[in-house]
Amino acid sequence: MIKQKDLILYSGLIILGLAAPFLFSAFKVQLTYLCVLIVLAMTWNLQGGEMGYNSFGNILFYGLGMYLTASVQVGMFFPLAEWTESGGEKTFVHTTAQYFQGIGVGLLVAAIVPTIVAGAIGYAILGLRGHYFAICTLGLGIAAGEIAGGIEIIGAGQGFTTPPFPAEIVDPEARGKFFYFLSFLVLILAFVFVKYIYGSRFRLILNAIRDNEDKAEAMGIQTMKYKIVGWMCSAFFCGLAGGIMGGLIGYIDSTDVAFDGREMGVFMVLMAILGGKGTLWGPIIGATLFHFFKEGLWTFILGWQYVALGVLIVVIVVYFPEGLMGWLREKYPDKFGEVIDEKDRKAQVEIK
Amino acid sequence: MVQASLDGILLGILFALIAYGMALQWGVMNIINIAQGDLVILGGYIAYTMYLAGIHPAWGVIVSPIIMYFVGWALYKLVINKVVDRDLFISILATFGIAIVFQQLMNFVFGADVVVAQSEYGTTMLFDNSVTLPNSKIFAAFISVIYAIGLVIYMRRSRLGRAIRATAQNARAAKILGVDTEKVYAATFGINAALCGVAGALISITLTLHPYVGLPYTVRSFMIVIVAGLGNLPAVALSGMGLGLFEEFADYILGTEFRIGAVFMLLVFILVYRRFKLSKKREYLK
Repeated sequence: MIKQKDLILYSGLIILGLAAPFLFSAFKVQLTYLCVLIVLAMTWNLQGGEMGYNSFGNILFYGLGMYLTASVQVGMFFPLAEWTESGGEKTFVHTTAQYFQGIGVGLLVAAIVPTIVAGAIGYAILGLRGHYFAICTLGLGIAAGEIAGGIEIIGAGQGFTTPPFPAEIVDPEARGKFFYFLSFLVLILAFVFVKYIYGSRFRLILNAIRDNEDKAEAMGIQTMKYKIVGWMCSAFFCGLAGGIMGGLIGYIDSTDVAFDGREMGVFMVLMAILGGKGTLWGPIIGATLFHFFKEGLWTFILGWQYVALGVLIVVIVVYFPEGLMGWLREKYPDKFGEVIDEKDRKAQVEIK
Repeated sequence: MVQASLDGILLGILFALIAYGMALQWGVMNIINIAQGDLVILGGYIAYTMYLAGIHPAWGVIVSPIIMYFVGWALYKLVINKVVDRDLFISILATFGIAIVFQQLMNFVFGADVVVAQSEYGTTMLFDNSVTLPNSKIFAAFISVIYAIGLVIYMRRSRLGRAIRATAQNARAAKILGVDTEKVYAATFGINAALCGVAGALISITLTLHPYVGLPYTVRSFMIVIVAGLGNLPAVALSGMGLGLFEEFADYILGTEFRIGAVFMLLVFILVYRRFKLSKKREYLK
């Protein structure tokens, strides 16, 4: 049962979300980015924070989703190879109905296929633990980018133009609104899903795997099964997010847009850590803060943004590994429903 | 075929040198340094700068490690000493951040072009001119072997070498027995960076330099280390050569555009293979 306080909060946020594109009309693209970033951070947190399997490779599903959406959207109506060869726009034009049909089916495929891929490779990859898993997924993400850059039918190194928004819709705001509401829908979907998981036994199992996998297994939990399901949940939303971003950006490059391990792949980890791993609201707050920071700062320090990003990673990781929520929790433990016995706290001696 | 094999073996020796540095710091400090490859590239750019200044780039193999030792030392004092005792994932992320900073700074200073320092060593023709072997590659392999042997002797004989080995075995016990582990860690990271400097200088005359190609070198050395194990020098050299061979043949068979992709896929395959082998014994990679 949702409490009344929560109900007010949620309805307030939904109304804010629905009103946002009309209130901040000039920032629709940025708001869409924000939604996608929150989805990515939240779902990364599901397996990075809750399960303890820190993946650098979720970008694989994101890129896969992006390519799949665009390919399906084009391939349903026109020959794909000719489209990529001509650079798209001139020869073939999607009608309005075709465009929306295409992107609908494309997103569906983009959600399902990465999930299946995660399930298929999950058994092999998730047997690795800790840093081996992290490095392996890092390799997987980069390899995917390099390989996609060599495949002709999806544009190889020169990129892939996604179908342009139908010209028959004259309202210039329509494109921005469409993508915003699409991403907002996915965001709500992701939030409801993650919220549901947070109240379920599944989350406890994931936490058990994070805290001590051997003991969890000894308790009779089939850890491999749950690990794979956890990863598939992440992959599903990563694929969707990738599909939306592909349509929004309008152009897919193998290493700079789709399998962009240097930006998106790091962002999702960073945002989750910034907000606090293993909390429901942490990644959301982290993503929002990060996005504001990025958009506010990027333009002032043009050219230096990656240096700033690198420094930011080092500072966050070294000084705030628990993130914002972790810090708040340390500071105000009673707000998080923790009861601390003062006598006990004083009696604790730090052992080094 | 002969061409590819020879190229691969000579290249592999170079990779083994980088991997040796990684094994050293991994074994001693329990840190996986994602910025390893970027240190290599930075070392290469030092040699390249000398080349631009009119000095023969081969001198880079002496100058570059000296500079890189201090870079490594400074890096340790600034960041790494705060992540040594922590979770390995923290060190991976922190060094990832360092890698990004390094890439970008190199991009500013040296530009985003692919550069190479000309050594003008000429080439050797073998087997009726069917195989061309740049002398610079032979030189690179030779220097790598010299440095590796020198380091092994140093680790066996010198006081610092013994302190490093003691710390690797048991940091706490070494501390109790009066080893200044903080100093040992700083020195280890410095030596690793210096090795990267040598390798980078050699790469600047044999291969090409570019600010963003660091990560493949990290992955290569990581691969060599997990195949060979920590602190097993002959195995490191052998698996380095094996990797060099694999790469040249992947290049030869699949085409150059899939070369880096093949390296990263090999990493995934090796890890998965080891995982399945260990899981038969109900173990996992530690």
